[in-house]
Amino acid sequence: MASAEGQQHPLGIYYKIWILLFVLSGFSYAVDYFEVQGAMRWGLVIFFMLLKAGFIIAIFMHVVWERLALVFTILGPPTVLLLFIGLMAFEGAYTEETRFNYRGHDRNAVALGPSDIHHDEHAEEATH
Amino acid sequence: MSEATTQAVSQDGMTGMVDDWSADRQAYHVPWGKAMMWIFLVSDTFIFSCFLIGYLNVRVTTTDPWPPQSEIFALSFGGDPIPLILIAIMTFVLITSSGTMALAVNFGYQKDKAKTFLLICITAAFGATFVGMQAFEWSKLIAEGVRPWGNPFGAPQFGSVFFMVTGFHGLHVTGGVIYLLWVALRVKRGYYDNKGYEIVEIAGLYWHFVDLVWVFIFAFFYLL
Repeated sequence: MASAEGQQHPLGIYYKIWILLFVLSGFSYAVDYFEVQGAMRWGLVIFFMLLKAGFIIAIFMHVVWERLALVFTILGPPTVLLLFIGLMAFEGAYTEETRFNYRGHDRNAVALGPSDIHHDEHAEEATH
Repeated sequence: MSEATTQAVSQDGMTGMVDDWSADRQAYHVPWGKAMMWIFLVSDTFIFSCFLIGYLNVRVTTTDPWPPQSEIFALSFGGDPIPLILIAIMTFVLITSSGTMALAVNFGYQKDKAKTFLLICITAAFGATFVGMQAFEWSKLIAEGVRPWGNPFGAPQFGSVFFMVTGFHGLHVTGGVIYLLWVALRVKRGYYDNKGYEIVEIAGLYWHFVDLVWVFIFAFFYLL
């Protein structure tokens, strides 16, 4: 356990977590690559993100081997922050709805991508 | 210090935690430098959480469509653009550097100065590579007309949030590289032979935290 000698563990566990982090990053990249959309996209990306974060904190940062007094100091405040983040995102949905309903913002506005814009430029050049 | 850290470490679990927190002299049975690094990292978590709160709130409330990141951050190597490829490589680089740092910590405790020095330097090199790629990404985005106050693709908040958050993270990486090189130099000179090699673990904590923040940025700012 944690002591003045510090954290020493077999190298094997680091290699395993290292590979696992690559695999999980690959999975979240795959979510984008295969163009998963909507709630499924948010769910999967956040799931892989939390798994990666968990392994980094637990193994690389040795939290799983620390005494509870330190563990709770580290994990307690961020847990409250997660709640705060969730609350503000939830509240944001209400603000957005209000803007659509009472401020006349366009509900069906579509974003442009670089290809649209570059395409337009070429179109302009062609007309000149 | 070592006496203080080893005394009265009796029980694990909840009973041990109550003992620790109600202790007269010392709550955390780790070297003080490590406890302080953790306090710093928790406070840094607050800063990044502020960004995340602001970003998600702005992202949800804006009625302008959010720019399609997957297409904006695509990069083409001669052929069709591959979505998010630069970010994938940056993620790869940072995770690799986290791994080499974990190894450096291990060799540090084994007092293997040569290997520790080499691994910390490799970690710093990966960090510098990451910052370089970020600079490239920024200049590409700026060339496409993305500014903190607007962009040609959609919601103007995209630019402000993007430059703010990745900039702050990049600053952390840059600071980390300098910190690591400083520690590496001291390892090589044998400065920690008497002081103990906890400092490598403490520097490692900072470096893993930078990687950890990137995990969140990768998910929230690029993938979602």
